[in-house]
Amino acid sequence: MKNISFDVADGEFCILLGPSGCGKSTILRLIAGLEAPSGGEIFIGDQRVDLLPPQKRDIAFVFQTYALYPHMTVFENLAFSLRLRGMSSQEIAVKVNDAARLLEIDGLLERLPQMLSGGQRQRVALGRALVRQPKIFLFDEPLSNLDAALRSSMRVELARLHRRLGATVLYVTHDQAEALTLGEKIIVLDRGEIQQIGSASDIYHKPANVMVARFVGSPQMNFFFGEVADGGAALQCRNLRLDLAGLLQNALARLSGQALTLGVRPEDFHVADDDPGWINGDIDLIEDLGSDRFIHVKYGDIDVVARDGREKSSRPGDRIGFNVDAERVHLFLDGKRIEP
Amino acid sequence: MKRTITLVLFSTGIALYCLVPFLWFVLTSLKSNAELAAIPPVLIPSFHLDFYRSALHQYGLLHYIVNSAIVAGSATMVTIAIGSLAAYAIARFNLKWTNFYLFLLLAISMFPQIAIAGPVWTMLDRLELLNTYPGLVAAYISLSLPLAIWILTTFFREVPGEIEEAALLDGCSRIQALYKIVLPLAAPGILTAALLVFIHAWNEFFFALIIMTDPNVQTLPVGIALFPGEYTMPWGEIAAASTIATMPLILLTLVFQRGIVRGLSAGAVKG
Repeated sequence: MKNISFDVADGEFCILLGPSGCGKSTILRLIAGLEAPSGGEIFIGDQRVDLLPPQKRDIAFVFQTYALYPHMTVFENLAFSLRLRGMSSQEIAVKVNDAARLLEIDGLLERLPQMLSGGQRQRVALGRALVRQPKIFLFDEPLSNLDAALRSSMRVELARLHRRLGATVLYVTHDQAEALTLGEKIIVLDRGEIQQIGSASDIYHKPANVMVARFVGSPQMNFFFGEVADGGAALQCRNLRLDLAGLLQNALARLSGQALTLGVRPEDFHVADDDPGWINGDIDLIEDLGSDRFIHVKYGDIDVVARDGREKSSRPGDRIGFNVDAERVHLFLDGKRIEP
Repeated sequence: MKRTITLVLFSTGIALYCLVPFLWFVLTSLKSNAELAAIPPVLIPSFHLDFYRSALHQYGLLHYIVNSAIVAGSATMVTIAIGSLAAYAIARFNLKWTNFYLFLLLAISMFPQIAIAGPVWTMLDRLELLNTYPGLVAAYISLSLPLAIWILTTFFREVPGEIEEAALLDGCSRIQALYKIVLPLAAPGILTAALLVFIHAWNEFFFALIIMTDPNVQTLPVGIALFPGEYTMPWGEIAAASTIATMPLILLTLVFQRGIVRGLSAGAVKG
């Protein structure tokens, strides 16, 4: 990990997003004090914490595996940290019951973790974090062990909970849907380095580099790797020639002869009904997801994916053409975003 | 069906084979003097308790039982106390030499007892610990620690690190996390290790023989072995004493059976 530096504002829901192995969990563990940094400083509020042991940092951590204490009831799991603080049993009962009611696990307090479903365990893990009212909540992929339906309902609930409590949250995930729906600030990481910091909209609509553009969005953004030709009027992608003249109005003249990556999101393509479009090819495959229909087209040897927004559907093998608006085209020089 | 029958026959065969010596001395202990000397041997005894009476009263069996309980009990407690700290360190801290250390322990535990008997005796002699409980207990601890550490390490490794980390973040110190979270979760392992150490110390003969020469402090195996006099061979009393000596082990195993089965099979499959 190198040059990792970022701030999370008080009450902010901040997401660390990245592929597995990018170092996002390590950052969380460093902040929690479960791992020791080889250099640098970590502050919570005005207090430098990187030299403090984990128990002195006043942080709550929700683990991917929940990490409930298997030999304690749900009540005891929630009460554990409060007991260690020497709180009176009356106070503990009040706090535990409040948290349990908030998370709708008040009927499960006498059960052992092994008697709970995955979703219930997740709530208990959340409750254990909530009762403490810590300075900051750290979430390490808390929803990734749940099934898809539960995951999306918990996602909404987490967002609601955050709005209600106004707590500061640092949340690690590799799931872009989680990141985009929950995050007020998203930090995209890859190979131990920060790739981009921004709002969900920034990350999605103005990805800072090819890595971010490729990682965020499903299906992935289409990329055309090539060389700027004809004084900026075309992009030569191996044996294909993308005509840019009508699209970017010679904006790329200064980049003539340079390697350029052009990206278009599948939903930014629209089907050219009559005339040949900007990109034309035979339909290879149609993915019908119900709400959306994605068309895979073989454009030369490039596989292009586009969302088909029309009512009528085409069939594999049909010839089809697509257009795109100039402002929807992403350009990357040396992997970094440039504005035309 | 055929498979099941074969399996049952096979396992019964093995069980019987292992139980024959035990059955033999249990049956012998219940015979009368006449039955003991009868030729051909009597298989089913008349359930006399004479040999038990004489083993207890004339041969002072109770006294040996007390000695054995003291020695085996203390050896077990100290071994588990030291062993669990060592095993916890091996399992949890990312130390470079843990594998080498475990290998070393295994190697040490394979030394033939006779090879270390001389040095151990000399050391205890210098420390004036011969014929004392602490002397024999110290010897037993050194003999059982490697096994205990091996077993306990496996169990501590089974306790997910995240549960302990959760405890640290909840406000536990390392030591609190160990005794509030890790130890209760590793209980089957601790039970297994404790029982194995106890059984070993209870049965151990060789070190007990050379360290405890004073009949006042001798343990059961040595005591029973010294039952025969110059002109007598009290088979009946030996059988009765052996039966009594085995009882605590059988009882302990039965009581803790479930924990031990869980213990011995842990690590094989994920629970």
